[in-house]
Amino acid sequence: MSEYTVKDKVAIVGIGETAYYKRGGAPVPEFVLCCEAILKAADDAGIKVEDIDGFASFATERNAAARVAAALGVKHFSLANMVWNGGGGGGSAAIGNAAAAIAAGYSKYVVVYRALAQGQFGRFGASAPMTSVSGAMGAYSNFSSYVAPYGLLAPAHWVALRVRRFMHEHNLNQDPLAAIALASYHHAQFNPRAVMHGRPLTREQYDKSRWVVEPFHLYDCCMENDGAAAAILTSAERARDLKQKPAYVMAAAQGSGFRTEVAAENTWDYPTANFKTVAPRLFEMAGITAKDVDVAQMYEHFTGGVVMAMVEHGFCQPEELMEFCTFENLIAPNGKLPLNTSGGNLAECYVHGMELINEAVRQVRGTSTRQVKDAEISLVVSGPMVAQGVSDLLLHG
Amino acid sequence: MPNAASKSYLPPGLPIPRPTPDGLDKPFWDAAARHELVVQKCAKCATLQFAPEWICYKCHSFELTWQKLSGRGRIYSWERVWNPAHPALKDALPYIVVLVELDGTDNIRMVGNLLGDPKQEVRIGAEVEAVFEDHPEHQFTLINWRLSP
Repeated sequence: MSEYTVKDKVAIVGIGETAYYKRGGAPVPEFVLCCEAILKAADDAGIKVEDIDGFASFATERNAAARVAAALGVKHFSLANMVWNGGGGGGSAAIGNAAAAIAAGYSKYVVVYRALAQGQFGRFGASAPMTSVSGAMGAYSNFSSYVAPYGLLAPAHWVALRVRRFMHEHNLNQDPLAAIALASYHHAQFNPRAVMHGRPLTREQYDKSRWVVEPFHLYDCCMENDGAAAAILTSAERARDLKQKPAYVMAAAQGSGFRTEVAAENTWDYPTANFKTVAPRLFEMAGITAKDVDVAQMYEHFTGGVVMAMVEHGFCQPEELMEFCTFENLIAPNGKLPLNTSGGNLAECYVHGMELINEAVRQVRGTSTRQVKDAEISLVVSGPMVAQGVSDLLLHG
Repeated sequence: MPNAASKSYLPPGLPIPRPTPDGLDKPFWDAAARHELVVQKCAKCATLQFAPEWICYKCHSFELTWQKLSGRGRIYSWERVWNPAHPALKDALPYIVVLVELDGTDNIRMVGNLLGDPKQEVRIGAEVEAVFEDHPEHQFTLINWRLSP
């Protein structure tokens, strides 16, 4: 198996991000945010930005690799890689693709980046201003003529049906969802980068907050922000001579299962986060199990997907969720599964989960603002419930 | 006798469903206008599928026909929406969306609104039947659901 993997061959050597803003708060255009994040990642790595030769991104990234490469004066442009849509499900996949390109010798330094200023372009939480809809629109099968006229118009609407069914099948109440929101807000209070730094959340506030769509309270839903983040990868060999402690890629996996991407909420195995085929491949490549994971960053556009992802990654059985998925278990430094230790999409900044990847790197470097002691193995789970594909990443120090 | 709605569940102004320009799902919308619920049926292996696609996922035949269903099913999941993601919904909150498992199919579901009190308690597994909601001004028909008597 090992000869087919990227295990230990590649490392993340530089991370960077802009200041994080509320939606509409960025004082500069999204493209400037994009360049700024990449420049910071290069500086963090201790390389010249011109030496980056590969570019990878995901979701609906607007700042095309060729433009970024030209703007930054890149000398050799060797890779432009885009995960074929799938929103936040593509974050770890972009890292996996970058790692594969480096292991294959296509590129020396690949930057994975995501710039997202929802204040300058459309909000994810509001429907696009269209007067008609035909079939499944574009790559997002969720938005289709079979659902939009019934008022399913935004990501919260699509995934609430999955989460409700999962809660029904496993007798869950609101507690596991609330625990995830409370842990994220708790961690954000230690993180000066976080948009919700200085804005703690109590269970009472959570319970009293308005419903966006049952079963999601306001605090079960990610923020809408302006920001950009980037991570630079290179070979393990080169990594050893650079400025930072390398975060080695143990394993990366992406994809989904049988007929996952069918429009009109017809995913075959519906009440899932879509990791049932992806997570086993991840752990097989890494040669570890969930028990070995020290800290996890799990993409939370909505808390309910994280609950399902915990089960599909083997952290607990569905019937154990009420006991396992608690605030005490999810907080750093001493919880059983410290989760989203920077505040993540809910409370740090919604950069489509790119900020979670940077936090996973910080944890194995030992530089998180809510550091798990001696964290060796760091998991990133990208895009639970995204029908177009999800992805996973394991890093070690 | 199919059920017909006397007025629309959600207010006007939401995206209007139009058949795809390539003709893939025109028979579905034409059937809805006749107050019939249809899904695709493979002419070769009889597999039913929805949402519509040009090829049978099981035997890869391109010969797909359309099968009329009873218009009955069970609530598989549901949600109550409280945020107006579209300006047209500002005064229509809350509303209920259900995902219905269709009788006579293997794992095919359809999304629609559940008629009646938008604050009603919804029970997963409850039997429902299709209600056809005509929009003559824009020439389309939606398929909603009501609890079976």
